[in-house]
Amino acid sequence: MSEGTEWRLHVDPTRCIGSGICAGVSPRHFVLVGGLSRPVAERIAADESVLDAAESCPLEAIVVSDLDNLRRIAPEG
Amino acid sequence: MTDTSQATIPQRYPFNAPFRLDLDARYAELREQPLVRVQLPYGEPAWLATRHADVKTVLGDPRFSRAASVGRDEPRNTPRQQETGILSMDPPEHTRLRRLVAKAFTARRVEELRPRTRAVADELVDGLLAAGPPADLVAHLATPLPIRVICDLLGVPVSDQDRFHTWSEAIVSTTSLEPGLAQHYLDNLLAYMGGLVARRRVEPADDLLSAMVRARDEHADRLTEEEMVTLAAGLLAAGHETTVTQIPNMVYVLLTTPGAWATLGERPELVPVAVEELMRFIPLGATAAFPRYATEDVELGGVLVRAGEPVVVNIAAANRDGAVFADADRLDLTRQVNPHLGFGHGVHHCVGAQLARMELRVVLETLLDRAPGLRLAVPVEELTWKSGLLVRGLVAMPVAW
Repeated sequence: MSEGTEWRLHVDPTRCIGSGICAGVSPRHFVLVGGLSRPVAERIAADESVLDAAESCPLEAIVVSDLDNLRRIAPEG
Repeated sequence: MTDTSQATIPQRYPFNAPFRLDLDARYAELREQPLVRVQLPYGEPAWLATRHADVKTVLGDPRFSRAASVGRDEPRNTPRQQETGILSMDPPEHTRLRRLVAKAFTARRVEELRPRTRAVADELVDGLLAAGPPADLVAHLATPLPIRVICDLLGVPVSDQDRFHTWSEAIVSTTSLEPGLAQHYLDNLLAYMGGLVARRRVEPADDLLSAMVRARDEHADRLTEEEMVTLAAGLLAAGHETTVTQIPNMVYVLLTTPGAWATLGERPELVPVAVEELMRFIPLGATAAFPRYATEDVELGGVLVRAGEPVVVNIAAANRDGAVFADADRLDLTRQVNPHLGFGHGVHHCVGAQLARMELRVVLETLLDRAPGLRLAVPVEELTWKSGLLVRGLVAMPVAW
């Protein structure tokens, strides 16, 4: 991934169970509000830790996509 | 806020030996007070958190670390400090291992295992019904079902279950096994898993062990052979010991709470909600384990936890916190808002939670359907409870129908 790439973070509130895994794996980018996770910011500079968070979510509630072309980066199929 | 870490004499912990599935009344008092100091059977003193908010902070806030326990005289229940592998790690090391297996336990993947789990549950209930009444729910259903499911998922031969089920006790034992035997069992479990891994490397199959071997061989820099074998052994052992114990616990609570079994029988659609409520209501843990160490000074529950001090939590106490749960000491099978911590919280949140939920639902649905008149075959006083383990559970559960 190139320098300056921007990603979009989305947490599906209907899937999230508030396990707190993402907020532990990537505390700069996810926060629990009212028991459910939400991204601290929707647009972020590319950061490997949000891929870890998306791949670790048991409900696959987190989607990371490329801001330019909206292609899904994580979770993998 | 008080700074009493050095001043007060720690109280012995656990406060009392567990009695059935009752929660020690002390926790209701402790939730109203600042954190107290406790002394587990071995290791240094610790803070004890009991409120829902405090327990969530200790388990979820990166300022509390499991990795920092390595090399410390960790508060614990066994004379020797146990190697706990992934449970002694923080991100990003923890994440590196967890990602390897997390995919196999997503809600989506677990859903694919439901039909097969239903078939196994049906077959086992056939056996239970043919054996009695009375018949032992632990031996006929609660033990074999989770073992069959985790064996299928991992790719472990179910025919070896007598061996690895015996060894797995070492993972949840506090005093039930003398230390030498516990270590012997752990060694056996690791050697057994090492053998299976070696076989999968030569003959891959469509199972999680093969996927782990593949990931290890593709990314040898990211994962040592020992880490992989330890992780697989942990999944096999922890992956069934807990569910094996919790199935009879749930049935016990439903059969001993007036009207509960009949309510679910009339409204089986409540089973998923009931499973969450039972996870909240049942104090599965018999003691505290896996202390977290503060990596900086943190204000918590009315005290200042200093950098380098350990904190243990009581999840069952948090699950009865009236600030979060209305009528918290009552079993409410229709409870809609239920942010219980029965599967933990934060990065170490149970990786098998979705699998456990599915198994628990399937077992209860099958029993409600096939044995609607289920009841204990002996008075509750005659039931024998396990002891010397991290978890509470029944040795046997004679039932009639």
